Amino acid sequence: MADVAITTTPHSAKAKPRAKPVSGFRRFLQKKSTIAFFMALPLILLIAILVVYPAIYSIHLATLNKSMQRYVGFGNFKFLFTRETFWMVVRQSCLFAITAVVFKALIGFITAHLVHNVPANKQRKWRGMLLVPWVIPPAMTTLAWLWLFDPSYSAFNWILAHFGVGPIPWTGDAGWARFSVILVNIWYGAPFFLILYLASLKSVPEQLYEAAAIDGCNWWQRIWFITLPMMRNIISITVLFSLIVTFANFDIVRILTSGGPLDSTHLFATWAFKLGIESSDIPLGASVSLFMFPILAIAAIFILRDINQRGNEAS
Amino acid sequence: MTMATTIDKAGPRRKLRSMSRDRTWALRWSYVFLTIFAIFFLFPPIYTLITSLKTSGEISAAVNPWWVYHPTLSNYRELLGSSQFLRFFLNSAMVSACVVVITMLISIPAAFALARMKFWGSATLATGVFLTYLIPDSLLFIPLFKMFAVFHDYTGIQLLNHWYVLVIVYPTLTVPFATWIMIGYFASIPKELDEAAIVDGATWMQTLLRIFVPVAFPGIIAATIFAFTVSWSQFLYPLAFTTTASELVLPVGIITTLIKGDVFNWGQIMTGALLSAAPPLIIYAFLMDYYISGLTAGATKG
Amino acid sequence: MADVELRNVAKTYDNVEAVRGIDLDIADHEFVVLVGPSGCGKSTTLRMIAGLEDITGGEITIDGDVVNDVPPKDRDIAMVFQNYALYPHMTVAENMSFGLRLKRFPKAEIKQRVDEAARILDITELLERKPKALSGGQRQRVAMGRAIVRHPKVFLFDEPLSNLDAKLRVQMRIEIKKVHQKVRTTTVYVTHDQVEAMTLADRVVVMNKGKIEQVGTPNELYHKPATKFVAGFIGSPAMNFIPCRIEETSGRLCVRLSDQIAFPLPPERAARYKSINRDDKLLLGLRPEHITDAKSNSGPGFEPFEARLEVTEPMGMETLIYFPVNGAQVCGRANPSAGAQDGAPLKMTVDLNNMHLLNAESGVVI
Repeated sequence: MADVAITTTPHSAKAKPRAKPVSGFRRFLQKKSTIAFFMALPLILLIAILVVYPAIYSIHLATLNKSMQRYVGFGNFKFLFTRETFWMVVRQSCLFAITAVVFKALIGFITAHLVHNVPANKQRKWRGMLLVPWVIPPAMTTLAWLWLFDPSYSAFNWILAHFGVGPIPWTGDAGWARFSVILVNIWYGAPFFLILYLASLKSVPEQLYEAAAIDGCNWWQRIWFITLPMMRNIISITVLFSLIVTFANFDIVRILTSGGPLDSTHLFATWAFKLGIESSDIPLGASVSLFMFPILAIAAIFILRDINQRGNEAS
Repeated sequence: MTMATTIDKAGPRRKLRSMSRDRTWALRWSYVFLTIFAIFFLFPPIYTLITSLKTSGEISAAVNPWWVYHPTLSNYRELLGSSQFLRFFLNSAMVSACVVVITMLISIPAAFALARMKFWGSATLATGVFLTYLIPDSLLFIPLFKMFAVFHDYTGIQLLNHWYVLVIVYPTLTVPFATWIMIGYFASIPKELDEAAIVDGATWMQTLLRIFVPVAFPGIIAATIFAFTVSWSQFLYPLAFTTTASELVLPVGIITTLIKGDVFNWGQIMTGALLSAAPPLIIYAFLMDYYISGLTAGATKG
Repeated sequence: MADVELRNVAKTYDNVEAVRGIDLDIADHEFVVLVGPSGCGKSTTLRMIAGLEDITGGEITIDGDVVNDVPPKDRDIAMVFQNYALYPHMTVAENMSFGLRLKRFPKAEIKQRVDEAARILDITELLERKPKALSGGQRQRVAMGRAIVRHPKVFLFDEPLSNLDAKLRVQMRIEIKKVHQKVRTTTVYVTHDQVEAMTLADRVVVMNKGKIEQVGTPNELYHKPATKFVAGFIGSPAMNFIPCRIEETSGRLCVRLSDQIAFPLPPERAARYKSINRDDKLLLGLRPEHITDAKSNSGPGFEPFEARLEVTEPMGMETLIYFPVNGAQVCGRANPSAGAQDGAPLKMTVDLNNMHLLNAESGVVI
């Protein structure tokens, strides 16, 4: 080290800091917890005013009559229970959500394994291609599917015609329409699962597989005994998350079938839109939307429990 | 000590297989299936592109829809020349830009406060933020609609049917998850860095802006991309809150104006869809890793 | 440059008393090392001086001002962290000047101070590099540079060498000492490594379970430990503690280790210990270098004995010998040529001029 004499420069820009007693209010403002609170305040306000309050307000709205003059208590709900459409919506929403999520998870799981098997430098390319559906705005891809399903010009039917299979009414027949909306949802949502499962697969220590290979596992045993247990947390979180989001889906059904034919593909969201905005019966629409809430709440509880469990396991 | 033991290998003798040959076959099958899945995931956008290059005549003709025989750019010219379409594009851009800025302004300080500065109720707030993400737009759009109407009655300010009402509402969709992403990134910064900054004389704000933001920059990019994509793709809120053509954003604009009655101008619709999907796709092409890390950060960091 | 005073300083976390009422005076320009095992409260004390932890009780004074409620940036201190805590997105020069830039120092003065510190630490060529392009030793120097440029009243070091490998640690120890010789700022240094404490400190503060066991110069602590803890903590290999009693045999005061082994005490020791109760349970404290092979040493106060060695560790310069006495494992240092072998008996001597007698229950050195 060089031999340097330290010149103590007069502390020009710095007066000797004497600890001045500051007023109580200033101290309060400088306290860490106060500053933190103000930093989080916009977030709190945003959530309070635009999420929590409207949610509660919708409960109030659901208790009014159509012109919103009178209080009718549970009248709207009782009315809904009598309508057959309502029960159809309940069934369809559950069918839609559960089927779609199961297949999305499955496809995501399978494709994650496929990508993982490929040498690392090529994985990026494949991953890039497979994630495309998730990047495109869902409303736009639904338009593409709408065109693919078009009654007169369906490109699918054109191919099927070559095999002698009659034109399929993708959106015209209730059964096919239900299939179509689920298919589009799967197409759009599977990449999400792929990405998360791929990341999770990579975090499973290679040594576990090596030990298993020595012990003599075949491929499905490996998956059942090693991969799945290690991925249990991410699987349950993604499934629950996706159930909530799929259950509340609006874009796909609205554009593809508008809930038809004959209300057979309506979900809570689309039906609420039809009743609330298009038919201008806001209270009724609010009631329909609210039915989503119990199911979402249950799923949220499960998710929270899982996250906390995972937090405890990790620590 | 050593005994000669005969172990009875009663199992069927397995033919010894070459491990490397097994691996090659596994790889080949992987590629086969990957290709199948890739086709499955890519054909709709490709079909959109194909259709967009066709004239109406070719679309309605009974030829192979999967191929373009007389490619034309007329659809593109018409749309890009249409002031209405450009208006949609501009609205979308303005809304998305504003929402991204607002989102980052809200999420970054909030994430910093939640990740670093423990204050009364911070744990509840963090959970609460996560839970709000689970109250979907399909539940909130009706009461919000009514709230804006009531607001108009009280103040005379009409927010509905203007593009800027979306700027107010979209942050409810982007801020929670963006905050979640940022909390993950901030939490991974070693605690000693804060302390060094404190000892160096930084206030909390200075620590956030001069240390955390630069160091967590990949997270900021990921959150920005996420906020942009969500804003750009939103469909329900604009459909519910805006009706006049000059106020529409792209997704709603394309669907409501290009589909007039029973006549579907599919060439133009597909072109519009593709142009609308272009910005997110372009961002994705260049910043794919940030896209993905935003997704995984939110979920795997819990 | 300033002095630091701790008066009855205490820290409690949720019912756990991490620091229990300690008093300490650190003079201007002094290099004080807080040393002790993990959990003894040394880091907590340092962080209280820094202002990173609130003080539960007592007072800390820097340069005459009570700083209990003063935030770190106003205390005029600088800290070097165990993990360096360098800002990864800034160059070395920017890292070092960060504090000054926050205080709006004029650019010329910033540059002058940074260059000066870089010269002292020999890191001038590294000024434009980012931390990830530096080795561990270089990063540590940058961390010190960041502290030096602030010209603070007190330097605080929090186990700065723990992350370095053994060889680098020795090198950096020397550099830290050289820096202190040049800059002469009051320094409080925390480590768990007693070798660092002994080599760097003007005075060493040995802490254990939240309290100060002893304060003194390295030599004082080594040769005149006040408690069993200090005696056993300082010095490597550690001091031997053998249960014993004082007894009188044929007119002389002796220390009896076992039925076979008893040593007569040298005269000034006999004088010091003559009032000890003969029934008291005592420990004989002898450092390994005072238990040697018979060939090398003799003289007044050196008493011979023989024992069968269990294990020998040839270190090159000496051979460490291990053998049991009265149930205690004893370590001695023998000359490599003394012929010590595993399992073989060896004639040895103890140097009772350097013995310590401790009360077995209280741990206090008599």
